[in-house]
Amino acid sequence: MESINAKYVSQKISKTRWRPISHSFLQQPDIFATGSWDNEHNKISFWSIGSHGSSAMEDEFEGEPQLSCEQKHDGDVLDLQFLDQDRIVTASSTGAVTIFHHHQNNQKISIAQQWARAHRYPCDNAPCTGVVCSSPEIVTVGEDGRIIVFRADQEGVVRVIENADSSTIHAVTYLRTTEILTVNSIGQLKLWDFRQQSNSPSQILSLSGDRVPLHCVDRHPNQQHIVATGGQDGMLCVWDVRQGNTPFSLMEAHSAEMWEVHFHPTNPDHLFTCSEDGSLLHWETSSHSEMPSFLQGGRNSSMMSRSAMAPAGGNQSLINAWLSGDSSKGRLETSHMLPSQTLSVNSLDVLEQCLVCGTDGEAIFVNRQVPV
Amino acid sequence: MEEVDVEPVVTKIPAVSDGKHMGFAWGPGDILVYETLHKASGCSFIHEVRKDEDIYSPILRKLFNESHHIFVGLQTIREDLPSKSRKPQFVSISKNYRSVIRACMEELQQVAVCSVLSQVSILLAIELIWNLCEVLFIDAAPAGSLLLHLLDWVRLHKADVDEKARDVLQSDSPAEHRDYWDVVMSYVLQGRLDEARQMLMKQATLQPAARNMYKVMDTLLSKMPFFNPSGTQTLTEFDVKWRHWHEEVDRCLQDNSFASNKHLEIICKLLLGDEDTLLEHKELLGTWYHFLVTRLLFCHPTVKPAELHYYAQSCMTMFLDSRSVPEPLDSILLAAFEFDIHQVIKDCSIALNNWWFVAHLTDLLDHCKLLQSHNLHFGSNLREFLLLEYAAGLFTHHSLWQLAVDYFDHCPEFGRVYLELQIERVPLDTERKALKVLRICEQRQMSEQVRSICKIMAMRALRNNRLGSALSWSIRAKDAAFATLISERFLQDYCTRGTFSDLDLIDNLGPAMLLSDRLTFLGKYREFHKLYEEKRFTEAAKLLLSLMTAKIAPRSFWMTLLTDALPLLEQKEEEDIEVTKVELLRLALARNLAMAIVKEGTVGT
Repeated sequence: MESINAKYVSQKISKTRWRPISHSFLQQPDIFATGSWDNEHNKISFWSIGSHGSSAMEDEFEGEPQLSCEQKHDGDVLDLQFLDQDRIVTASSTGAVTIFHHHQNNQKISIAQQWARAHRYPCDNAPCTGVVCSSPEIVTVGEDGRIIVFRADQEGVVRVIENADSSTIHAVTYLRTTEILTVNSIGQLKLWDFRQQSNSPSQILSLSGDRVPLHCVDRHPNQQHIVATGGQDGMLCVWDVRQGNTPFSLMEAHSAEMWEVHFHPTNPDHLFTCSEDGSLLHWETSSHSEMPSFLQGGRNSSMMSRSAMAPAGGNQSLINAWLSGDSSKGRLETSHMLPSQTLSVNSLDVLEQCLVCGTDGEAIFVNRQVPV
Repeated sequence: MEEVDVEPVVTKIPAVSDGKHMGFAWGPGDILVYETLHKASGCSFIHEVRKDEDIYSPILRKLFNESHHIFVGLQTIREDLPSKSRKPQFVSISKNYRSVIRACMEELQQVAVCSVLSQVSILLAIELIWNLCEVLFIDAAPAGSLLLHLLDWVRLHKADVDEKARDVLQSDSPAEHRDYWDVVMSYVLQGRLDEARQMLMKQATLQPAARNMYKVMDTLLSKMPFFNPSGTQTLTEFDVKWRHWHEEVDRCLQDNSFASNKHLEIICKLLLGDEDTLLEHKELLGTWYHFLVTRLLFCHPTVKPAELHYYAQSCMTMFLDSRSVPEPLDSILLAAFEFDIHQVIKDCSIALNNWWFVAHLTDLLDHCKLLQSHNLHFGSNLREFLLLEYAAGLFTHHSLWQLAVDYFDHCPEFGRVYLELQIERVPLDTERKALKVLRICEQRQMSEQVRSICKIMAMRALRNNRLGSALSWSIRAKDAAFATLISERFLQDYCTRGTFSDLDLIDNLGPAMLLSDRLTFLGKYREFHKLYEEKRFTEAAKLLLSLMTAKIAPRSFWMTLLTDALPLLEQKEEEDIEVTKVELLRLALARNLAMAIVKEGTVGT
């Protein structure tokens, strides 16, 4: 694994996302967006890392991200997603949801649309904590426990689920085109089906035992019933939403809050997590055997770097690296991706072979040769 | 009271009119000032006066972040390793710090706005001082290598020579460029003799008649001995060789070998370290410390560290005019040559408006075990004092407070107290930030602060009617009292409305139920309702009974419980369970009901 260097950017990075690439042109990821937090004046910025295809010698210098443009943002950027190639949606600590348009020809950013007090309390602002989009639909969640559905280019709100949760909803993700999954600060996953008119979740899942707040959730790219979550205690949980009320697997991943979990979009045997404890872990199951394995129904002991686990698991008929278990062939490897302990890694994103992450140490790390 | 080291600086507050009184209040990094008449206050403004503008500069922020990373790495160097293997580590850390300063300087220079120029010159001075401290204190080179390091130091900080040389070489006829001889002299003054020889060759080709003279000079320049620290030659042997060479140069001068060429003669005199000739080239030298190093190079290359300050003092006096006042930088460098570390730190603290430099340098020197324990009036040692001042300043910044936490961690005596006081004052706008602050407190077992932060967040949630959030904060703080408060809210809601709000929360309390009695009661009561709705009357009845007998129900709720019991009592008993208890219940009901009606007059909440 090549060493990755820090680029210090004078702002604490709360979110970072790769711009989606079009597979038809065999593009490599070259542009990512970041959002800052805890500044007097927060910003969203677009960065470019140039193209691959240069000589290996110059790789280290070429990899350094260059700032293309930036724009002031009201409030902390609590979440950020690309709506399409040119537009991003941000969730702000003022409760606003904003669509920014990135004009690539003259490197300017303008506000395309804003819903100013989307999330609010009766007498105060409520931070909007998560946003997910599937163009043109945008779904946001906030500390006020509301779920709101917007459509880009449409003024008002399409649908609001008031009081969807009595606690803060920390993250949201699509399960299917009409279903979303939210996680909250009392440790519950809730499934919402938009085809139903009622304002209650179609399913609630939670851990038995302590109700640890969950901070992040991600769905397996190919298997829509498999979901990974991370929470306050740094445990990585993998759930099967079709069956059971409890997670299929629990792994001790980090020693502090896990802020983001991502399956690799095209190679889902790889999973990435980042945490308040300053580490970024790369989880890899070996899927060479016919029943690639990963999991056990139960708790694991803590993971060491590069340790291989031999899980004891039951037999599952579905073939999935994260759920099925064949003890003899099981292998799971974890490795640290950052050179040394830093302040909290708040966000990461991975696309093809490129990984970008942002920290509270005001540094961005880009790794262009992730072994996936 | 001690004497003041330096006259206090006067800052005018522009918005306060002349002659008016001002009231003030100290803050951690600034002062709040307001205009006042002693009787009535007529002003509507409060002014914030900040001494340190640097932490708000976006480019300098990189300095603070990167150096924080280096600082934390330095603290983890193991103490039990022998000093021999630690010295190279310290030197490399010192070089890291310096490269961070240089990177910032380069970025600032690219911005090139006049407000930034003073920052650039300050950073230049800082790097100069740090480099010298690295050479003298951390690397602590002995005689022989000491001069070589000092030469490197001077060369690094006199970059204009290369620029001039580039101009000269790129011109059509370098040997006739007006700066040509300046460049050659500068190379000689810096001990870059090979480059001087290359330059001289260009002149030599132009003057074939004087070829012999140039050959002699070339030989002299090529034969000057330089000490090789990793070689086998001892210092004494080197000294002998050097004296031979010195005598040879002197002979050439006495022989008038260079009499016909004024420039070569000057170079010869320079090689002999002739003071007057050196002083004639003040503009080429630029600074007294360059003069010092050059003079040592050509007069006394085996100078010992302890002898440095004699030469330094005399060079400074000779170089500077008698009228000009030594600048702060000069006295700091002089103190460094005198190996007076404390004076260096003290002068730097006064001259700079930000504790960054002295805090990090002192910390590094302390790790090298170079600071004697120095009793300050308030008990902690110098290193800790400076780190605390620096970190306290960082804490006032809206973003950089997170860095300050690590600095406080490594101040063993007062760091924790400072952190406890400061961390409670971080504004908590979002839950995300509160979680980070909480994590910092929990990792350091600051349970007081954890409780207080959780209470703030829980109250806020409660005010906004986010009962689930409030409960999750009280669970985190293990705050039973607050959990009770929340349960009371739920129960009140139920009594007024007849239904429960936030069922998703109450139905899924899990083990958190045990945090407080009231909460347990709430959970169980809700369970009772669920059982009743599912028409599992036997179990419902059992549960209700246990609720009443367990005495965890609040008194205000007894009426409600009894009312709930009524329909159950009317149910046909399907099983013969605890008939006696039920009988008792009937009795108690009758009596209680009677008593309640008599006592309280009306039934109702």
